[in-house]
Amino acid sequence: MAQLNNGVAASVTQKQPLWLLAEVTYRCPLHCAFCYNPTDYDKHTKNELTTEQWISALRDARKMGAIQLGISGGEPLLRDDIEEIVAEAHKLGYYSNLITSGVGLTEKRIQAFKEGGLDHIQLSMHDVTEDISNFITNTRTFELKKKVAAMIKSHGYPMVLNVVIHRYNIDQVGKILEMAEALGADYVELANTQYYGWSLVNRDQLMPTREQLANAEAATNAFRERVGNKMKVFFVVPDYFSDRPKKCMNGWGEVFMIVTANGDVLPCHSARVLPGMTFPNVRENGLEWAWKESPAFTKYRGIEWMKEPCRSCDEKENDLGGCRCQSYLLSGDAEMADPVCTKSPNRHLIDEALANSQKPFQREQPIIFRTDKNSKKYVEGDKERIEQFHALP
Amino acid sequence: MENNIQHSDIYAIALHHRFQWEEAQQSYVILFPEGMIKLHGGAGEILKRVDGKASVGDIVTDLKTTFPDAEDIESDILGMFDLAVGKAWLRKVN
Repeated sequence: MAQLNNGVAASVTQKQPLWLLAEVTYRCPLHCAFCYNPTDYDKHTKNELTTEQWISALRDARKMGAIQLGISGGEPLLRDDIEEIVAEAHKLGYYSNLITSGVGLTEKRIQAFKEGGLDHIQLSMHDVTEDISNFITNTRTFELKKKVAAMIKSHGYPMVLNVVIHRYNIDQVGKILEMAEALGADYVELANTQYYGWSLVNRDQLMPTREQLANAEAATNAFRERVGNKMKVFFVVPDYFSDRPKKCMNGWGEVFMIVTANGDVLPCHSARVLPGMTFPNVRENGLEWAWKESPAFTKYRGIEWMKEPCRSCDEKENDLGGCRCQSYLLSGDAEMADPVCTKSPNRHLIDEALANSQKPFQREQPIIFRTDKNSKKYVEGDKERIEQFHALP
Repeated sequence: MENNIQHSDIYAIALHHRFQWEEAQQSYVILFPEGMIKLHGGAGEILKRVDGKASVGDIVTDLKTTFPDAEDIESDILGMFDLAVGKAWLRKVN
């Protein structure tokens, strides 16, 4: 049996998309400092796919074998056609997951989702304290999120709480798990921040210490021991603290296919940062061509693209060289071994980032929140700010 | 056997889990929030008979009749129930 946890496959032999992630809009009422969305998302907010285009994409992906559907964003509930998309997904046989901040979820809408056959709602939570939750999202949403959690339970949905972990909440992991238990969560994902998009911009301010991480893992294990099978807890390890990179997206073009708000088809959330690549778009290309033949999906699939030290590495099948976007964002070379790997000539970039994040001057810089105003600056090419963080050669 | 599976036990697919045939994969699967278990041949044959009504004993009898040439399938079937209960893919009805 091949088990897929959080879409990460233990053994998948045939290459077909199993996961379709629909990032239906980049508009969002929250302004989270750790958001992985592109910093220039503002330029993708004006040309969103229509309901009919989404339904057509759902049908095509289902024919190709996609079975898990994530409806995400931005905040998907800012669109008023999610009810129609959910109902179509159910008819097609998807297991559908609504990934939401909770803002915009009303009794009327959740009832319509239930009738349409939505399978699961994943709610983001941020901390046990109102102060930190409101601070990191730059909104007053803490009390609202707790009400939404109760609403999700009262409608009989399985509830997954997703908690992105960073310096400001990592010491509260034990209490966060207790809160999740009290709210009746079935699953909790403690997702240590991965550094892309806005979280890369704010990396020095978000990065925990190695000691904090060890304490958080210990608290998680103690909780698991007490609660057992009743609530499943996933602890997504932050790759900066590892010696080997993550098998990003379980491999480029192996199981994940992302369709973005404006119809771009991507093998991973942040692929558009890579230079010199053209991505297929559902308005022009079929999903089958995008997956099987497009230059973007075939470019980094498998191991043929690798150069040294990956090419001759006896561990290359384990992680497929890590993350192309991370390698490019930190070193300027998309085809080099992920800098997380201690065999990579770029590992010093990770060690420097870890050291820098503990320097008082850098960790105390103001956070740049994910707002339309800030995004417009990135679209316009606020060079001074971008170069400071993307470390381009 | 950790879960002490009895012939009189009756199970159903666990809450929030869905069992279905996947044409693209030519196999049965169990789906749950953001995850999937792919069930190869025999495992799918067992779990498709789990409906909240048939007992473990009924399912053993049914499978022995359907696959008369398979040897010693009873221990495989009980092993599969043990695994599925341990992983919380099934819930006990009676």
